[in-house]
Amino acid sequence: MIRSVIDVPDLTPEELDSLMDTAEDIIARPDDYADACCRKKLATLFFEPSTRTRLSFEAAMYELGGNVLSVTGAATSSAAKGESVADTAKTVSCYADIIAMRHPKEGAAAVAARNASVPVINAGDGGHCHPTQTLADLLTIRREKGRLGNLTVGLCGDLKFGRTVHSLINAMSRYDGLNFVLISPEELKLPSYVKNESLKKRNIPYSQTTDLEQVIGDLDILYMTRVQRERFFNEEDYLRLRDSYILTPDKMKKARADLSVMHPLPRVNEISVAVDDDPRACYFKQVLNGKYMRMALILMLLKGAGTI
Amino acid sequence: MNVDSIRDGIVIDHIAAGCGMKLYRLLGLENLDAPVAMITNVVSGKLGRKDIIKVDAAIEVNLDIIGYVDPGATVNIIRDGELKEKKRIEMPEKLVNVLFCKNPRCITSCEQELDQVFCLTDRAKREYRCMYCETKASNL
Repeated sequence: MIRSVIDVPDLTPEELDSLMDTAEDIIARPDDYADACCRKKLATLFFEPSTRTRLSFEAAMYELGGNVLSVTGAATSSAAKGESVADTAKTVSCYADIIAMRHPKEGAAAVAARNASVPVINAGDGGHCHPTQTLADLLTIRREKGRLGNLTVGLCGDLKFGRTVHSLINAMSRYDGLNFVLISPEELKLPSYVKNESLKKRNIPYSQTTDLEQVIGDLDILYMTRVQRERFFNEEDYLRLRDSYILTPDKMKKARADLSVMHPLPRVNEISVAVDDDPRACYFKQVLNGKYMRMALILMLLKGAGTI
Repeated sequence: MNVDSIRDGIVIDHIAAGCGMKLYRLLGLENLDAPVAMITNVVSGKLGRKDIIKVDAAIEVNLDIIGYVDPGATVNIIRDGELKEKKRIEMPEKLVNVLFCKNPRCITSCEQELDQVFCLTDRAKREYRCMYCETKASNL
């Protein structure tokens, strides 16, 4: 079966390091990569709303000299006629050299990967995995801090449904000297299986709190998340929890001078716009880093498939 | 209590007490057109209490299902009233179309032709997760 990336553990630690090295090299010498995917096509199949992830993949392919075929929204695609994910993957494999897919159903990317004859990158399958966001997060931390270990990382907001948080904890747990501070309302605490598998099993220290201001001064990284409306079955619960944590310039006064504030975006109101001008705000750099990591991943998979 | 011995069939023995009915259901024995004896809470030297299922028909049973419900169970194949074979039971690495994912957000909830596949993710806890969405199998 052709190599695809559905979740971060599909990549070995060495491959993760290599992807970050490639991304750094792309940043340093973009012209060297401008024709790397010349005459190759990326199909972006987005069956769920997304702006940044789709554009990031498309920008990544264009900057590698490749082309893009795009499907946005299930309503305009054959999925609306009832076509299965497996059939879609087989069909699109006839047109494109690589597929980036977002789908509202968990596991859809895995089904696509099993049926496609070209590499599939999971661009988000419901609340399950979003590996390229984690790649963006890892590169951002490495670029901002110069390391991925020996850090106190605060994760704040929706830690229950926030797939980026689960994935980041899992990906970072192989580095030494980490301490996680989990900041969330009681209802949105990190699920015990994530704690067990990623933290307890590896003896990584962590603490849980509901009070952001109390711990913000201890953090090297503050990873904010949005309470996502689409993950709730009940609108009432969403509205009640939406405004749990809002990062403001006042709260930032209590933070260290070298704190890095991250967010997978889009934000609603959990980071005040006034924080954007703070040099410690890294979330737009994170967006840019995401594009470079997607470029590195496309290159790795196309090389692996013998396409380039 | 006496249950007649069987001539051609199978005896699933040493089932942990309380697991017999689950096994009966998962093996689909309620649909079998043959005598089936479900014996629960029998005194056992090894287990304290155990369940036993006797099927008076030479059917094939899915050993993966037995291994999932209770890897400590034993399966005895009876032919002409004699013990022909004792099958060794192991916890299966993968269960196909035995359990059904209850996550409404799972791809299997809308694409019903997909096989329902659960993989063993924690042997010590006997934990299985959906291959697609990684939701934990909710009942043993």
